[in-house]
Amino acid sequence: MQKRLLLDKHLLKITISRLCQHLIENHNTFNESVILGMQPRGIFLAERIKHELEQILKVDIPLGYLDTTFHRDDFRRRDQHLTPNKTKVPFVIEDKKVVLIDDVLFTGRTVRAALDAMTMFGRPSKVELLVLIDRMYSRHIPVEANYIGRKVNTLPSQRVLVELKEQGKKDNIWLMDETDTDE
Amino acid sequence: MSELKTKHLLGIKDLSEKEIHLIFETADDFKDVLNRPIKKVPSLRDVTVANVFFENSTRTRLSFELAEKRLSADVINFSSSSSSVKKGETLLDTVNNILAMKVDMVVMRHSSPGAPHFLAKHIKANIINAGDGTHEHPTQALLDTFSIREKFGDVAGKKVVIVGDILHSRVALSNIFALQKLGAEVMVCGPATLLPKHIREIGVKVELDIKKALEWCDIANVLRIQLERQRMSYFPSLREYSLYYGINKKLLDSLNKEITIMHPGPINRGIELTSDVADSDHSIILQQVENGVAVRMAILFLLAGTRT
Repeated sequence: MQKRLLLDKHLLKITISRLCQHLIENHNTFNESVILGMQPRGIFLAERIKHELEQILKVDIPLGYLDTTFHRDDFRRRDQHLTPNKTKVPFVIEDKKVVLIDDVLFTGRTVRAALDAMTMFGRPSKVELLVLIDRMYSRHIPVEANYIGRKVNTLPSQRVLVELKEQGKKDNIWLMDETDTDE
Repeated sequence: MSELKTKHLLGIKDLSEKEIHLIFETADDFKDVLNRPIKKVPSLRDVTVANVFFENSTRTRLSFELAEKRLSADVINFSSSSSSVKKGETLLDTVNNILAMKVDMVVMRHSSPGAPHFLAKHIKANIINAGDGTHEHPTQALLDTFSIREKFGDVAGKKVVIVGDILHSRVALSNIFALQKLGAEVMVCGPATLLPKHIREIGVKVELDIKKALEWCDIANVLRIQLERQRMSYFPSLREYSLYYGINKKLLDSLNKEITIMHPGPINRGIELTSDVADSDHSIILQQVENGVAVRMAILFLLAGTRT
């Protein structure tokens, strides 16, 4: 059984703070920017980032949840059925700068679906991608992140396991071998 | 649970309570989609659906067609009145010919009970029953119970009376199954000639007096008198039916509580419902129609979901 800790509670907090500072460099006061967290786990990360940014900037930052299920390209091509999550975008993204947030960037297909799903809510002036873990050299399509928590070199057979306290677990991010089914 | 156990939706009888809840939760997501400025998602973009209607329909066919188009499926329509069925082709031949054109799903309405079950045994495509004779009309029951859930938060514990021609109604039978599986109490009300003999044995209450039935219920689902399915006279005249079983504002006002009125459409105004009731705040008839699209999208999405 192989299980390597990528980020623990302490490192995760530092990483999120760094990502927030980086966001502020590019978005200043966020008056033209919005955050979209990607379902299911990107929303927890997005909420933490929103909270931290609001503490620093003392402004309200619009946050939406984006579910990509209906826009995925592997519908009818996998053995397991896809289960949709809530999409909640209570604002118009027309002409806004959008920061898409997800936990792990792997093949890039979910991001493609998210870009597609986003068009339902308007045409943003700019879209950026923030991810906590970037699994390098494993893209199926040309998608890269603008803000990266941690880059890791992984094998296709490995899996990144994200455990967050919002899911009732401890904040830990692991790199697992596929043979390990212990979740 | 994230998927249906069956490949086909033939009747409510085959669904579990969990499966019905899964359909409702998926329909919630699609209702969200339908309230957006762009009401279309690409999920079924490589799926072809045939709407095969051997019996007349406006609402159900339009609702299915819209649901399919909102999911980006390719849609072909077939109605028996303008087809080779008139030239003597069998059901299986007709459908096999349609499938030879590479169709993935078939939505079928047929006047013979069991027709979609027969097809499901013989062909590979997913079958959705859009009404088979006097047997079942599962999508109608799902949208009816979905509308009750939307208005009241839950179906369990509600008292629902189904009024009218229970004997010939597939909507009634599917509704009874769905309501019972979801934990509601069900009563039927109508002229004794239009109530099935052994209906009490499946746990349904029977009441012949419309006023008593309405006093008992939270929701009244009022059915259309289906003159086309009645080969003999079950009541003396429509006027008499309307006098004894028609629901009008005066009758509703005489109750000491407010009840919700549903109707699967098409309404015979002035017979089972008067206009002042059908168009009142008590009625959720148009919400039922709206929900129909979301519920049908959910069913198409869930049935098409896994690898074929």
